[in-house]
Order: sequence, then C-alpha cells, then structure tokens
Amino acid sequence: MGISAMLGSPIKRREDPRLITGQATYVDDIKIPGMLYMAVLRSPYGHARITSINTDAARQYPGVKAVYTAVDMKGAVGNVVVAVPLGKMGEGMGIHGPLAEGKVRFYGDPVAVVIADDRYTARDARDLIDIDYEPLPAAIDVEKAMQSDAPILYEEFGTNVPFGMHPPTDDIDKVFQQTQADGGVVVKARMVNQRVAPVAMETRGVVAEYRKANKTLTVWSSSQIPHLLRNILAALVGLPQHQVRVIVPEVGGGFGSKLNVYPEEMAAAFASMKLGHAVKWIEDRSENMVATIHGRDQVDYVEVAANKDGKITGLKIYGISDLGAYSQLFTDVIMIAFGFPVSCGSYDIPTIHISGDIVFTNKTPTDAYRGAGRPEATYIAERAIDLVAHELGKDPVDVRRINFIKPEQFPYKTAAGAVYDTGNYEGALDKALQIVNYESLRAEQKQKRAEGKLMGIGLSSYIEICGFGPKGTAPVGLYESARVRVEQSGTVMVYTGSSPHGQGEETTFAQIVAEEFGIPVENVLVMHGDTDSTPEGRGTYGSRTTAVGGSAVYNAVQRLKEKMTQIASHMLEASASDVTLEEGKFSVAGSPQKAVTFNEVAATANLSNTLAPGIEPGLETTVFFEPEACVFPFGTHICVVEIDKETGEAEITRFVAVDDCGRQLNPLLVQGQIHGGIAQGVGQAMWEQVVYSEDGQLLTGSLMDYAMPIAEELPTYELDHTITLTPVNPLGVKGVGEAGTIGSTPAVANAIADALGVAHVDMPFTPEKLWKIIQQQQQQQ
Amino acid sequence: MTTKRDISVTVNGEQHHSQVEPRMLLVHYLREVLDLTGTHIGCDTSQCGACTVMLNSESVKSCTVLAVQADGCEVTTIEGLAPEGSLHPIQEGFWEKHGLQCGFCTPGMIMASYNLLKNNPNPSEEEIRTALKGNICRCTGYQNIVKAVQYAAEHMQAAATQPVGAGE
Repeated sequence: MGISAMLGSPIKRREDPRLITGQATYVDDIKIPGMLYMAVLRSPYGHARITSINTDAARQYPGVKAVYTAVDMKGAVGNVVVAVPLGKMGEGMGIHGPLAEGKVRFYGDPVAVVIADDRYTARDARDLIDIDYEPLPAAIDVEKAMQSDAPILYEEFGTNVPFGMHPPTDDIDKVFQQTQADGGVVVKARMVNQRVAPVAMETRGVVAEYRKANKTLTVWSSSQIPHLLRNILAALVGLPQHQVRVIVPEVGGGFGSKLNVYPEEMAAAFASMKLGHAVKWIEDRSENMVATIHGRDQVDYVEVAANKDGKITGLKIYGISDLGAYSQLFTDVIMIAFGFPVSCGSYDIPTIHISGDIVFTNKTPTDAYRGAGRPEATYIAERAIDLVAHELGKDPVDVRRINFIKPEQFPYKTAAGAVYDTGNYEGALDKALQIVNYESLRAEQKQKRAEGKLMGIGLSSYIEICGFGPKGTAPVGLYESARVRVEQSGTVMVYTGSSPHGQGEETTFAQIVAEEFGIPVENVLVMHGDTDSTPEGRGTYGSRTTAVGGSAVYNAVQRLKEKMTQIASHMLEASASDVTLEEGKFSVAGSPQKAVTFNEVAATANLSNTLAPGIEPGLETTVFFEPEACVFPFGTHICVVEIDKETGEAEITRFVAVDDCGRQLNPLLVQGQIHGGIAQGVGQAMWEQVVYSEDGQLLTGSLMDYAMPIAEELPTYELDHTITLTPVNPLGVKGVGEAGTIGSTPAVANAIADALGVAHVDMPFTPEKLWKIIQQQQQQQ
Repeated sequence: MTTKRDISVTVNGEQHHSQVEPRMLLVHYLREVLDLTGTHIGCDTSQCGACTVMLNSESVKSCTVLAVQADGCEVTTIEGLAPEGSLHPIQEGFWEKHGLQCGFCTPGMIMASYNLLKNNPNPSEEEIRTALKGNICRCTGYQNIVKAVQYAAEHMQAAATQPVGAGE
C-alpha cells in the first residue's frame, strides 16, 4: 500500500491482536496485592423510607473489613455531579450522594457497601445487612408522575417536575390556522420513545487504590471519561487533583453509559482511602440493569402542519423527559440540549414550537445513550414526515424531497436554533433509493398486498449533531488534546486525551500521523486513558473523538512538521521555504536527490548538538483543539419489513444505509460503527424495552428478560456512503459513532406503519402488539 | 466457610491441582485461580456467551458451570486456541473482517465459532447466525462476525489447525 494512501485506507485494527488472544486487560483482570472486594446492597423497593439499618452481623462476618452506609460517607464524599442543574435542581432536587439516605427512590438504589477479602465473602456478608423499609407508592408512569396526586420523590419540593419550558404558542397557532385555511392539514400523534438499557457487554467496574504514605489515589475504571473522572472524583473525595490518577484500561463498550462519575466509583475510592488497601468492585449484569443509566424514555406530543403538496409549514413538539429518580451528569439536558436543537431534522421547516417538561420518577436515572436526545428528535421529525405523507396519500420520498434543506442553503440556521455546517440530503436519499431499487420495491409491495401480505417500506433521512463542542455551548470547554513526540528512532508517540472503548483510535489516529509524516503506520503508537501521561481530554461520546481529538493530533503533527522542515533545511543547507516533506523524505525543491529522511531528521533533532541557532532540541508538542462549530452528519436509511399476519412477527428483509460522515479516515471502521449503530437502533425499534411494574419493580432485570438483538434476528446491512466535507475541522470529518442508531430506528418504525397502513405504532414492534393491530383491522373490515 | 474440594483440571494442555469452594464457578476458577483472564463474564445467566470455553470437546458457558464439575476434565480457553505467537484461523478471521470493536464478547464469540466449525466445517450464513445466537455482541451488529466465521471456515478447510490444549 502506498504510504500516501494511508488515510482513507481500510486497514486492519492495531488493537485487535491482544483482544482476539485473550491478552487484553479490562478492569476485572486487574489484581493488586492485598486487594479487597466491594459488594453493594441495593433497594428492593421502587420507593420506600428507610426506618432502620443494622450492619452488625455483616461487620462481624469473617473476612469482612468494613460496612459503610450514607452516614459513614457524609461529609467525606460529595454528591454525584450534575453538569447543568435545571430549575429546582439548582436548589438540590434530584441531587444525591453515593448511598441513599432516609429514602430509597428506585429499585436498585445503593444503600450500603461491604468490603471483604474476596467477592464471595463480600456478597455473603451483604445478605446479613438488615434494613427496615416502609414502602411508599411509586411514581412510575411519567405522565401520571406529573399530576398533583402523584407520589412525590422529593417531598420538600411538592412536585416531580423540576423544570419545564413553555414559550408562547401564538406564532405556531397562526401557522396552523393559516395552513388549514389554505386547505392544508395538521396531523397529530403521541409518540413514546421507550426506555432502553445500554448493556455494554463489559459491565462497569472500578479498582481504587489509595496509598496512605504519599496520599495518592489511583483509580482504574471502565469509563469513557478518564480526565473528567479524575477531576470530579478528586473534588468529591477532597484530594488535590495531582494526587489522583485515573487509568482507563480496555473498556468493553460504553454507548454513553460510562460517561458518568457513578456512586460505586465514589464508594470504592472512599473505602480504599479508609482502609489503605485497593478495593475492587465489578458490577454484575443484574446490577448493571439497575445501577447503570438507562436511555431514551421520552413521551412526545407532535403536531405537524403541511400544505396540500406536502410542504411542511410548522412543527409543534411537546416533550416529556423521564429522568428517573436522580440526576446524573447529563440526565436533565438530554432532551432539551441534545434533542430539541435538531428537531427540524433535515427539513426546511419555517416555524417550530418546542416545549417540554422533565420529570422525576421512581426508576433508574436516564442519561446519554448512543445518540442521547438526537434519536428521539430524529424519530419525531422522520415520523412527522410520514404522518404527513400518510394523511395526504403521498409517497414519503416526495414529502422528504419537497422539504429538504437544499445544498445551497448551507450554512443553514434552523428555526430550532442550530446552524448546520454542510449537507446534501437529496444526494444520500437518491443513492439509497437506487440501491434498494425503490420503484420495483413499491411494485413488489403492491403485488404482495394484492396477495394479502403485509410488506412495508420505511425511510429515514436523518441528520445528527456531533463534534461537541464549540465555545460557550457547555459549562466547561469541550476541547480535545494531543501530545505528539517524534523519538530519535523515528517512532512517533501520540498521547491523546481522548479515550476509546472499541472505536479503534489506536488505528485511525496512527493513520493521521502516518499520512501526514509519510511514514509507515507501524511506526506510530497511540497511547490513551492514563491521566498521568495524557494531556487533558473531555472523553469519548457524542461522535466527537475523530472530529475533535483527531483534529488535535492533526494540528500537533503540522506543528512538528514545521520544526522538522526547519531542521531538515539546516541539514540540507537550503532555505526552509524550499524544503518539502513527501513520502517520509525532506527534499529541496528542484533537486529531489538532495534529501534527508524523516528518521534522519528525527535523530538529528533528538541527538545533535549542532542544531541551528534558535532551534530547541527535541520534537514534542502538545496541542488543544476546540472546534468553532458542531458538525452535522446525515444520511438515508431504508428498511423493508414483512409482517406475518398469523403471528404478528415482523421480519426485516432488507436494510439499506447511505451515510455521510464527511471524510472517512478508515472505511472499514466506519462501516463497523454503522453496523453496530443500526443493530442498536433496530434493537430499540423491534425488541428492547425496560419494563417496570406499577410499584416500581424492574421486570427486565437480566438478559433473560431484556431482549438484546442477536445474530439470528438481525438483517444483513447494505451500506454505501456519500462524502460531504465540513469546514469545521482540518480533517473534514463529521462523526459516525451514533449515526447508525439515530438513522435506523425511524426507518423501521416507518416501515412498520407502512406495512400496516396506519399513521403510528409505538415501539417496540413485538409480535403481540402487531398481531393485535392486525386483528382489530380484520374485525373492522 | 465451606469445606474446599480438591480438583484436577487440564487447561490448555496443562494440568492443575487446586482446592476450591464447591460453589466456585468455573469462570472464576479460570480467571482468578489460574489467571486466565481472556474468558470474560458478561451476564451471569448464560445469555451472553462471553464466558464460552470448550469443556471436553463441547462448548459451555463457564459462568454456569461449577469448577468442581470440571474435575478430571480438559478445558480449552481463548488463550489455548493457537500455539503461542500464532493465530487460529478464527482469530485471523475476526481481525481480517473487523469482527470486533470493544473486544469483550470476542473470546467467547471465537470459542463458540470454534465449536460450530468443529461440528460443521462449512456452515451457511444462516447456520452461523443460529449457532451464535447464544453469544451477544453489542458493538458489531454481527455482520462482520459472520464474515469472520466464513473466512475461518475457508482457511480451516485449506489447512486444518488443531488447538494446543486439545480440549477433546
């Protein structure tokens, strides 16, 4: 492979050899001499008052080192951090410490921890803790939880609603009236974006080791945010930041669920500081289903107005976000800050009205889950288009076309307030239609319907917002960083502030460096996840790592290239402006035989004692990159389903995805991200759902009950792409981590509604639900 | 505290004599007593398959087998699938076809694929998907895992490779 073709090549991942041979180190693989194990006792009730706690028997159990409850940690450990506390949360509503005090507010709420010699003993002793509860009625249904007679989680506030936004409706009312007066339509629907569980295959886990002699705390955690964890945890346990080191080893998936500083990390750190031993906690899967954040859980009332030709004149959304029992880092802003700004989707909608409430319920807290707010917003926009098409009897393709923001309109400011960078939405749609052979597919559908079969075709022309974030968009700067060092051997070390959990940045970041320096990718090493050796970073989430972290690497390389050019020009006795670097050689313009290699320059920079005056020895630089704006990837997904009338079972027979994430650094990895994203998006549409009983018991508490997508059920994905560069970062990349999830769910939903010939069906599309609809339809005929 | 039991297990061709609590899970024995941490725990209830190993030539989920049940048995884990310094064609397939992302399910997925190809050297796509229904991956959407197994099937037929720790 030519070196210059490195960037954009589908090379194999450099992280794989350790992963396929069982030699990778995840948190649970870490052993430290004298290490103790922590088990967490959790609430068996959705909502209850704690009347007494007796830990005597547990403390006396052989092998137990300590038992801690909220009382023990009071004053020593701070509260779980909330990035932007909205409304009454600023007064303390929904804010919580690591362990429940006085009251438990969800099934799984942590109440006590046991520290023991081994994990079996810790669990044995946990069973000996005696707690008296006075069970309380639970607020489970989010809309009932808003009513005045609902059980209240935080009595002192007298409501479960900490914040709402309700701007005046005059403008949208006028648009709706005018549209109807002009012979157009206003279509309404209530849509439930159900609660799902992230289920990273590696559950969460932490090892905290406090060394009393030098007062240092080292924390190994399965986390997406090593630096934020270090900074926040240091503040919470009262240590100066330089005395806390976080090491994020191999991470077995995150999907947003490891983007928090969790109570167990706080408790393990506290216990280690008390006991002077390392403390390990590994979440088991049943714990993971309650103790790790859930995603989505939003109810939306949607009204969309359109002219007779399908042109949308106005969109009105009222969203209710189910927060669960407490606020975690981003719980309260998922709908408002990440979803609402992209409510227009890829469409030129002149008037939009957005209102919403956020509501506490007796359930596990929700927070960022792959897409975080954007899947919900996209679901609304894409379903709204199909509602209009259904009402007017038009082809949903035509309704999309007539409403798309056109390529010449960029940068485009939406009525919802976001400024889209670049896009060619119709280009992606056309490509997808071509792949799926849309016209013959519609003909096939007609044929099948004539035979009494239910076939549906669903489209989704999504956009998403990623690459967070520009100045002023968050309480802290959302930059990324890179320290790049060219060693005397010519090896390049990259220390990135970004920390991956399966995305493959050891490969893609190395490709950026190899391409720019013209050296073999094998000569580049990418290090991440250790706060002692990597510069400050903000973490891997929101499809931001390549756009922000990759750009930091790119800029660092440019800086070093400049210095190397100067050194090379001195070696070549030429003017620096005449020296260029190509394919790993610095040569003088006009006389290509006059050249020094990259490795020779690297050696000179690091070893020579006769560098030109003013040139500092060494080749190392640290760069921070803060983007000027967000980036907006897009694409069109098309899903084809067939529903068995007898059983209600839906089968996805085709799934076509044309995605545009800007420049692709490694198409193999881009496809991998899209595949996995589609699987998760399809999973939500078809099977996944977290279910609680009315009194707050979790009914989907293990993988026996929670329906994870499996190989047998998922379709083969047919992928293609378009490439629309962005000017927002030097690489022209947009982001691809969440695109598959965001785009796929509405495509499935639209296909199901199309197959049944109905306006709307709520997810998940279980056979029982679809069978009932089919039965009703048959009875009405 | 319960009385410990003596067990003798051959893992990846090496015999181990250990004393374990009767309730100790095989996966904890492999990971914590023998330090073979390539076998992972993903669900505790036999759904996810991250803990899949070969036990006397059959694949089992080692989170629902007790260590004492493996007494006198031969076990092959991901660490024993190929001789040191080489890769089994299934491992190669996962690398070549981008059949993994976070890698956590991968050892179990590879062992389940090994069990499939042992019994059916030339499976169809449908047979691969069915055989792997007890192994959950949250990252890849399975398409590249299917391709990885197909790659392995082709290469194993070209040159049969046996694991060091026979396991059977």
